[in-house]
Amino acid sequence: MTTTTDRSRRGLRRGETASGWLFTAPMLILLGLFLVVPVAMALWVSVSDWGGRGSPFAGGVSFVGLKNYGALLVGGGLDEADFGMSMKNNAWYVVFVVPIQTALSLFLAVLVNRQVLKGRGFFRTAFYFPSVTSSVAITVLFMFLFSTTGAVNAALGWLGINGPNWVNDPAGVLHFGATKGPTFLEQNDFLGVSFWDWLGGPSVAMCVYIIMAIFTTSGTFMLLFLAALQNISGEVQEAAMVDGANGWQRFWRVTLPQLRPTLFTVLTLGLIGCWQIFDQIYTGTRGQPAKTTITPAYQSYKSSFIDQDWGQGAAIAYILFVVIIVFTLFQRWVLRERKISRRRGLPYQAAVTEASRAKTASRGGAR
Amino acid sequence: MSRHTPRAILGASAVLITGALTLTACGSGFSGDSAPTGGSSGLTSSDKPLNILIGSSGDAETTAVNAAVDAWSKDSGTKAKVTAASDLNQQLSQGFAAGSPADVFYLSTDALAGYASNGSLLAYGDQLKNKDDFYPSLVKSFTYDGKFYCAPKDFSTLQLVINTDMWQAAGLTDADIPTDWDQLTAVAKKLTADGHVGLSMGGEYARVGAFMVAAGGGLMNADSSKATADAEGNVKALDYLKGMLTGGEMKFAADLGAGWGGEAFGTEKAAMVVEGNWITGAMQNDYPDVHYKAVELPAGPDGKKGTLQFTNCWGIAADSPNQKAALDLVEHLTATDQQLAFSKAFGVMPSIQSAADAWKSENAPLVPFLDGADYSQGMPTAKGAADVVTDFNGKLGSLATGDPKSILDATQKNLEALLK
Repeated sequence: MTTTTDRSRRGLRRGETASGWLFTAPMLILLGLFLVVPVAMALWVSVSDWGGRGSPFAGGVSFVGLKNYGALLVGGGLDEADFGMSMKNNAWYVVFVVPIQTALSLFLAVLVNRQVLKGRGFFRTAFYFPSVTSSVAITVLFMFLFSTTGAVNAALGWLGINGPNWVNDPAGVLHFGATKGPTFLEQNDFLGVSFWDWLGGPSVAMCVYIIMAIFTTSGTFMLLFLAALQNISGEVQEAAMVDGANGWQRFWRVTLPQLRPTLFTVLTLGLIGCWQIFDQIYTGTRGQPAKTTITPAYQSYKSSFIDQDWGQGAAIAYILFVVIIVFTLFQRWVLRERKISRRRGLPYQAAVTEASRAKTASRGGAR
Repeated sequence: MSRHTPRAILGASAVLITGALTLTACGSGFSGDSAPTGGSSGLTSSDKPLNILIGSSGDAETTAVNAAVDAWSKDSGTKAKVTAASDLNQQLSQGFAAGSPADVFYLSTDALAGYASNGSLLAYGDQLKNKDDFYPSLVKSFTYDGKFYCAPKDFSTLQLVINTDMWQAAGLTDADIPTDWDQLTAVAKKLTADGHVGLSMGGEYARVGAFMVAAGGGLMNADSSKATADAEGNVKALDYLKGMLTGGEMKFAADLGAGWGGEAFGTEKAAMVVEGNWITGAMQNDYPDVHYKAVELPAGPDGKKGTLQFTNCWGIAADSPNQKAALDLVEHLTATDQQLAFSKAFGVMPSIQSAADAWKSENAPLVPFLDGADYSQGMPTAKGAADVVTDFNGKLGSLATGDPKSILDATQKNLEALLK
């Protein structure tokens, strides 16, 4: 076994391994240089006391263990409260954005996938357009639209609604205007943020970002769903029609199950994108009002570049990394291929038995 | 395939190590901390050109700084290049981390502690020839750990800005200009009418703090070595402002739908605002039809005046190869004539006392702002204080319904944690 392998390597295919490495080398070097090395450096910074001057590997920088992580997770000070606040803001952002944008993009994809729709090309472009526009430009636009005297409040005014102070309003939407909660919710806290605040939902200001994210990313994911929809063969649909399934049933029982891989992609990409929200916050409110729009990614930038607390900035980035991994694994588990339940399987089982009996009977008849 | 795995790992790690080595070799910042070498004064000196990084407020400022640096460059024979940063803090940080920072740069009081504590800054203050000419309160703002780090570039203070048309319409005269808090409440009530409130300001320490200082408080003491957030005066100041908020004669700028006090004032949603001298630029450019004048803020409960001041300095990098020339440039840029020229170009107040008289005669309507230098206090400069101030600002937004004492106590706790 070994001798033949060695011979074949020495013989005809000699040098192929070397050229293989040679051809992939540019990519490997680029990835190593700009991805693996920085990631490893950041990991080191997160457990060091590097202050931002010179190299993190220089002599004066020392290992501080999990001190930076400790300050964020159990420190009890302002660092912990800020981090808790950013997690709270971002978690609510994810809770609202991911399901809504997925549902909306699927809905749009189904709409523009219909053969009878006139001007499909136009609608596809129109829905996709926000995705190709720079997020900075869109953020600036939204800040104008949602200013107190902006277009949105003017439109609400026509309906007789006195619009909120949008990007300046720190009130949590699920508090419904209450400023004080029950004492047991106010007194106890997690990550330095009281349960009352955790339960408060996104602030009115954060809602602007939620609306913006749904508006901009739905088009991207619509494209993914559209591609998947066009891959579904018409025959399956026809077979379902022959079986008498109506449009609603065909969508839920036939189309959607076939979209499972795409659904997983969209949910995963949406989740990761949402937990990494930075540029909108940086261009827009920068964490204001009352810290209700700080996010871990922005907090990481702020700790590092503004406060010169690089260890903590890197630690936030790594905690965020773990959060994203955990959520992705969880979602993978939820969306896994499952064996059909017995109750659901019963009609199918009956049909199979029926068919095989009919087959036997017809065979018997022919004989 | 599995047979290749060990080789693959070997190969991949070889590539990574090569990559890491390449990275190490090409970044001068990886060579470790080389202490600057210099002559008797301890300053480095070489014939390398100077890089100057500024966080400019606009074209007027960039042009003026460019002109001043060019003039110096011609005199001294040292080449110099001015860059206007798009994000000053980020660009500075990158420079320090890479070991090749800008030689001379704008530095805010917020950022001083961070850069000073990691050794990025040259503490050259005591070597300045015009050291004694700077206002003492400004020198305090740029003193960290007992060392005077950098020369104040210019400064601003907060005072009361009044819309003179509304003032007259309410039947008020110069004799009614408030000199204590009760009078301020009284005129604010008179000036509150349909469509505008009497008084407004940003809901942040950088405005509200003027009242806290006037009452003998402030978040930290003048050299930021002690947390004083729970001082009696601070509670008095916040109680007073809370009273005005609930009374309806005052609203924070955000609650008027304005981004800052100047916008609330310019759009005539407020008859008076607490703002700094920079408001004159905005009034001139954006709201030329609004007539206004600036007066000193009323004195606090003890009859003492107080306000906040804001300032930037000219930082010099510890890693600069040409500190001697950098120091010479800073002395040139902070000289009396040069500061008056800057003031003319983009409306700042000179940081040195010898320029005060000339400035006052050229800017008569703005004299109250410069007078504030005698009793003003800087923003807290302890490392991490900016975060505590942000936290405090967040709570100030709900001052109307909140409890001043508990807001201040929480802030006191956060500030004390910084000083441990």
